[in-house]
Amino acid sequence: MKFRNRRIVAVAAVALSASLGLTACGGSDSDGGAKASGGGGGGDVSITFMPKNLGNPYFDTSDAGGKKAVGEIGGKFQEVGPDAASPDAQVPFINTAAQQGVKALVVSANDPKAICDALNEARDAGTKVVTFDSDTDPSCRDLYVNQATAEGIAKAQIDLISQQIGDSGEIAILSAAANATNQNAWIDLMKKDLADHPNIKLVDTVYGDDDDQKSFDQTAALLQKHPNLKGIISPTTVGIAAAARYLSTSSSKGKVALTGLGTPNQMKEYVKDGTVTSFALWNPEDLGYLAAYAADALVKGDISGKEGDTFTAGKLGEFKVGADATVLLGDPFVFTKDNIDQFNF
Amino acid sequence: MSTATASRPEGAAPARSYPSYAAPLWRRALLTREFAIIALLGIVYLYSLGNVPNFDGPLTLYYLFLDIAPILLIALPMAMIMITAEIDLSVASVVGLSSVLVGVLHQDAGLSIPLAALAAMAVGAVCGAANGFLVSYVGLPSLAVTIGTMALYRGVAVGLLGTKAVTDFPERWTDLAKERIFGPGTSYPTILIPFVVLLVLAVWLLHFSNFGRGIYEIGHNAEAAHFTGVDVELTKFWLFVISGAVSAFAGVYYTLRYGSARGDNATGLELQVIAAVVLGGVSVFGGRGALHGVVAGVVLIGIISSAMRLEGQTVNLINIVIGVLLVLSVLSTSLLALASGLLRARTRGKRPSSRRAVAAANPNER
Repeated sequence: MKFRNRRIVAVAAVALSASLGLTACGGSDSDGGAKASGGGGGGDVSITFMPKNLGNPYFDTSDAGGKKAVGEIGGKFQEVGPDAASPDAQVPFINTAAQQGVKALVVSANDPKAICDALNEARDAGTKVVTFDSDTDPSCRDLYVNQATAEGIAKAQIDLISQQIGDSGEIAILSAAANATNQNAWIDLMKKDLADHPNIKLVDTVYGDDDDQKSFDQTAALLQKHPNLKGIISPTTVGIAAAARYLSTSSSKGKVALTGLGTPNQMKEYVKDGTVTSFALWNPEDLGYLAAYAADALVKGDISGKEGDTFTAGKLGEFKVGADATVLLGDPFVFTKDNIDQFNF
Repeated sequence: MSTATASRPEGAAPARSYPSYAAPLWRRALLTREFAIIALLGIVYLYSLGNVPNFDGPLTLYYLFLDIAPILLIALPMAMIMITAEIDLSVASVVGLSSVLVGVLHQDAGLSIPLAALAAMAVGAVCGAANGFLVSYVGLPSLAVTIGTMALYRGVAVGLLGTKAVTDFPERWTDLAKERIFGPGTSYPTILIPFVVLLVLAVWLLHFSNFGRGIYEIGHNAEAAHFTGVDVELTKFWLFVISGAVSAFAGVYYTLRYGSARGDNATGLELQVIAAVVLGGVSVFGGRGALHGVVAGVVLIGIISSAMRLEGQTVNLINIVIGVLLVLSVLSTSLLALASGLLRARTRGKRPSSRRAVAAANPNER
C-alpha cells in the first residue's frame, strides 16, 4: 500500500509539472502568434527595436515612431528588450534576433563594448545593425542614428541653466548610470562649455541609474549636501522627472532651477506649476522613425553606411550619412510653458 | 492520536537522509522530484523544438549554454550550501568583484589573463572564507551575513573601478570564452569543459563521500550531525570557501565573455541561481536535494527563457512564467503531500481493519 501511494504521488508530480510546463509554453505560443500578425502587414523587412530597457517612456515613444515607420514601409515590427538597463542584459535578446534571422536590429546600447560581439555575430548572420540614442563602438554596427550632436546637447543645457540662474552660482548634475555612454559624453562637454561661464561652479555629479526612486533620493541628498545649490542639470528623462517631483514639494521650489533633457508629458505638470522654466530634448518619436527608415534603407541596399550616402525618411525628408556612418536627426528643441501643450509624448 | 499512530511510518520516511532501499533502484531513481524536473525539461525542450520557430537552429543551445554557464557553475556550491540549510547571497557580488579584479590586474598591474584570473579566484576564496568564518565560527545566520557581504563585496567592486569599465582584453582570451568545443557550427562552448569537471567533483563530493553525507546530516539536524562525528563548522566553512572560489571563476568567464569588466556586472545573479536551485528540488530548509535536479532546474529556466524570447515575448512575461513555475514547484510538495494524505484517509476509511492491524503491530506507539 505504501508503494502504491508513493507511485501515485510521483506520477502525479510528473503529470503536474508537465502540465505546468505545457500550459506555460502554450500560453506564450498563442500570444506570440497574435503579436506577430498584429505587428505588420507581412512584408519581407522584419525590423526589431531593442531599447535599453522596457517600460521607459522615452523608448516607448521612440519605438512608437519606429513602429509607425515600419508600418509605412510595410515591414514587420517587433520590440524586445531586457527589464533592467544592465550592461549585458541585451545580449540574449540580440542573440535571439540573430537566431530569428531578422533583417535589421535597431538598438540603443547599454554598454558600448559588452554587446559588441553579440552584434557582430548577428551581422555575420546577415542582420543589419542600426544603433540609435546610445552608440556602440563603430566597429559593431552598420549605422548610428544620432539624436543631436553631443556638442549641441551640452551647449543647450548649459545655456538654459545659465539663463535660469543669472549666469552665476553652484550647480550639480543628476545623471543616469555611471557608465551610460551618451550621458558621460555630454557631461564632459558641459564641463568644457562651463569654461565660458566663470561664475558657474559645478559642485557635484550624482547618478540615479535611470531609476525613479534612486534619482528622487539623489536629488534630496544633493540639496542637503549643497545648501547653496542654485541649479540642477539632469541629462536624462527619468532623472529630470524625479528631480522635478522632489523639488515641486520641497521648500527649494522656485529657488533651485532645474533643467536638462525631459519628455513633455512627464514635465508638463512641473512646467505649469513653476518648478521648471524650460528644458530641452529632440523628438524621440522622430528618432525612432528615422532609425527605422535608415534600417530599411540598409536592408534594401539603398545605403551602405558610406559617408555621403543619402536616403529619404518618409515625412522627415532626406538625410545624409556623415562621418563614422552616422546620421544626425537635428538640433535639440527647447520646451517651455508656451509650447509644451503642443506635444504629446 | 490515532492519526499519529497510523501516519508515523509514512511521515518518518521523507525525513531520512538516505534513500529507502525498500523499492528497487529504478523506482528510487525515477519517482523523485528531481526526475519530475528532468521530465518537464524534456517535455519543454521537445515542445519548443516542434513549436517554436528557429529553436531547432544550432545557435540556440550554443547561446543557451553561454548564457546559463555562470548560473550552472555557481548552482553547484549553492546547492550544497542550501542542503546544509544555509544560503549564500553574496555570490553575484563576488562575480562582480572578480570581474573588476581581472580587469584592474590585467590593465593596471599588467598581469597576464591567467595570473589575473588566479588572483581573482584567490580573492573569491577569501571572500567565501570570510562568509564561512562568520557563519560557522561566529555562529551568525548566513542570511544576515551574506546580505551584508553582498553589499560589501559589490561596494568594493564598484569602488575599485569607479564609473569606468575595462574593455581592453586580449582577443585570444575573449575568443576562448566563446569558443566551441567541436569546431564551428556545433553547440557546445568550451566553458562546458570546466563545468563538467566541477560537476563530476561536486557529484562525488556531495553524493559519494563522507563529507557529502555530513552535508545532508547537517541539513536535517546540525546537533545530531555533530554527535555522529560530523565537523559541522568545518563543513560549512569549506562550502562557503568553495562557493566564493567558484563564483570568482564564473566572474572571470563573465568578464571574458562580454569583454567588459565593470563593478555592476552580474547584478541580481544570486537570485537566478537560488531560483534554479530551488526549482531543481533543493529544500530551503535543508537536507533534501540532488545535483541532477539542480542542473535540470538551471537548464529548464534557460530553455523557457530562450524559447519565449524566440516567440518574441517580453522579459516581464518570461519572469512571470518562471516565477509561477517556481512557486508551483515549491507548492507541489505540499499539494502532493495533501493529496496523498487525502488518498490515504480514503483508503483507510474503506478498510478500517488495516489501521487496527498497524496499531496492533506497534503496541508501544501509544
